[in-house]
Amino acid sequence: MKIFSDILFTLSARSIRLNMLRSILSALGITIGVIAISAMGMLGANMTSVVSAQMSSMANTMTVTAYTGGSSGGWSPPGMGGGSNDDSYITDKQYDDIYQIASRYGTVYPYYSESDTIYTKNDQKGRATIYGLDKEDMQTVLTVANGTLPRSENDVVVGTTLAGRQDLEVGSRFKIGDEDEQQIKVRVSGILAETGLSSSLRTDNAIVMTDDLYTSFYGGEGKYDQVTILLDNVNDSAVVKNALTSKLNKREDVISVSDSSSMASRVTESISTMVTFMQAIAAISLLVAAVSIFNVMMMSVTERISEIGILRSIGTQKDEVMRMFVYEALIIGLIGSTAGVILSFIAGYIVVALLIGSTAYFFGWNSMMYLPIGMVIGVSICIVTGLYPAWRAANMDPVEALRAE
Amino acid sequence: MTSPIVEVRSITKVYSLPSGDVVALDNLSLTIEEGEFVAIMGPSGSGKSTLMNQLGCLDVPTKGRLLIAGTDVRTLNDHDLTQLRLNTLGYIFQRYNLIPLLTAYENVEYPYILKHRKQDDTGHVRDLLESVGITRKMARHRPAELSGGQQQRVAIARALVNNPRILICDEPTGNLDTKTGNQIMDMLSDLNKKGNTIIMVTHNPETAKYADRTVIIRDGRIAV
Repeated sequence: MKIFSDILFTLSARSIRLNMLRSILSALGITIGVIAISAMGMLGANMTSVVSAQMSSMANTMTVTAYTGGSSGGWSPPGMGGGSNDDSYITDKQYDDIYQIASRYGTVYPYYSESDTIYTKNDQKGRATIYGLDKEDMQTVLTVANGTLPRSENDVVVGTTLAGRQDLEVGSRFKIGDEDEQQIKVRVSGILAETGLSSSLRTDNAIVMTDDLYTSFYGGEGKYDQVTILLDNVNDSAVVKNALTSKLNKREDVISVSDSSSMASRVTESISTMVTFMQAIAAISLLVAAVSIFNVMMMSVTERISEIGILRSIGTQKDEVMRMFVYEALIIGLIGSTAGVILSFIAGYIVVALLIGSTAYFFGWNSMMYLPIGMVIGVSICIVTGLYPAWRAANMDPVEALRAE
Repeated sequence: MTSPIVEVRSITKVYSLPSGDVVALDNLSLTIEEGEFVAIMGPSGSGKSTLMNQLGCLDVPTKGRLLIAGTDVRTLNDHDLTQLRLNTLGYIFQRYNLIPLLTAYENVEYPYILKHRKQDDTGHVRDLLESVGITRKMARHRPAELSGGQQQRVAIARALVNNPRILICDEPTGNLDTKTGNQIMDMLSDLNKKGNTIIMVTHNPETAKYADRTVIIRDGRIAV
């Protein structure tokens, strides 16, 4: 049986038309609920996409630091320099072991790091992280935006943020070290490209010098603060981690290995928790809409008691009466949800553009799927809330119903 | 001789109310032959409406046997009772009871669609409306736009659309002026002459004169 030529459907549609305002208002409730649910979902999906895209570029980074006890497994972002504790370092021998195991899976490089005072033009004081890196490793790890990598003994490269803040250019000279202690004079040979959060070595706010210059000034040769492993394949991280810990931590824990993929998944997880929470709030608006649909349906049933009596007395089956009222809820649901889906598309686009600043992932399935989901939720809620009133109508005693004014 | 179309054998209808049971029909028996025109009269509260509800299969008796066209309605479930109302019975009410959302034409077509599961393409509905004096122009109007007499004509057409074996009329002229009421009664009388069985409740003796036989109900029993 075709629904749209169905006389029961005609009756439902006409009943809605007769009570236009009331029906529109309750459809509006559903519209708002669907917008809330879908737009929140799309916002969350886009946020996750953007963040995980940013994260995936660093997901192949593993860091090895000396085991300090306590918060083992805690992930310290690469480049934040775990070297503040002078007693904990990776020895040359440990590095050799790490290199032997991990070099098959990607690039392995150790570095020194320190935080120190610097004096630039006119003795302007500042502070920066200082990294010591092997010359060859510099070529793999660093990207110079301006100038070159260190060529002569006292050359350093500086991060773009630091350069901007301290007014450093290629060729600038400045001093590192406290005034009343030993200082060295260095020359800027290059400014590094911006790395943001997604690099294995965050150099935006740092000075990078050769390991020779570093150890000649700070000492501690062969006592690395961190070893970084850049995996060729992200999926190898567990294998590498196991191999490293089983070899080096055989007798006692001497190193901690962490990979950023676990952090990426934690960030994605917390975004989805937040989105679920927002959607739960949005669901309240749908609940309110459901109550309003229920109310409208009950009113419709009550107003049409005598009509139900007539329909039943002239041979309409219970399930047909029930269907008639479910159709009514369905029509309200379809109108409300369709409007909701169209508006969610618009509202979602605006919210994503404003809050995330990128609509690159907006038209992807992960984001677009919230439109059909919103539609299905909206329509289902209408049908479910319409069921009880429809059941009431269907099970009315025809004699009683006929007697009603 | 053929078996009677309606056979009421000592039926009792008891309503349970918080204040106690009310016996609306008390061991009542009645037989109606096919093609008869029976008027049922009685003061209000006598149980005539209850009897009509039983005869019209809107309700089932508490005790006794009620055979409509040979079927004991007490053995039927709600679905089958509804089918019986759709196929075997036609109703004409005092308040016309047309469906306000449908036009006159659609009101008549409605039971046809329920029975045949399709719209009428035979012209049956249109012919019926014409036979009760409803023009095509009038048939496009909603019930509220028609006069009482016109509405009752539409109701008669609706009652006839599935060719019922029994017409149940509950005060069919109760809401009409004498002249219109007489027109309606003439129409029912014609239908009876064409072979329709008519059972009519009325409290107007003038209307009852159209019937072959008048049954008087008092206190849930037939008064002789």
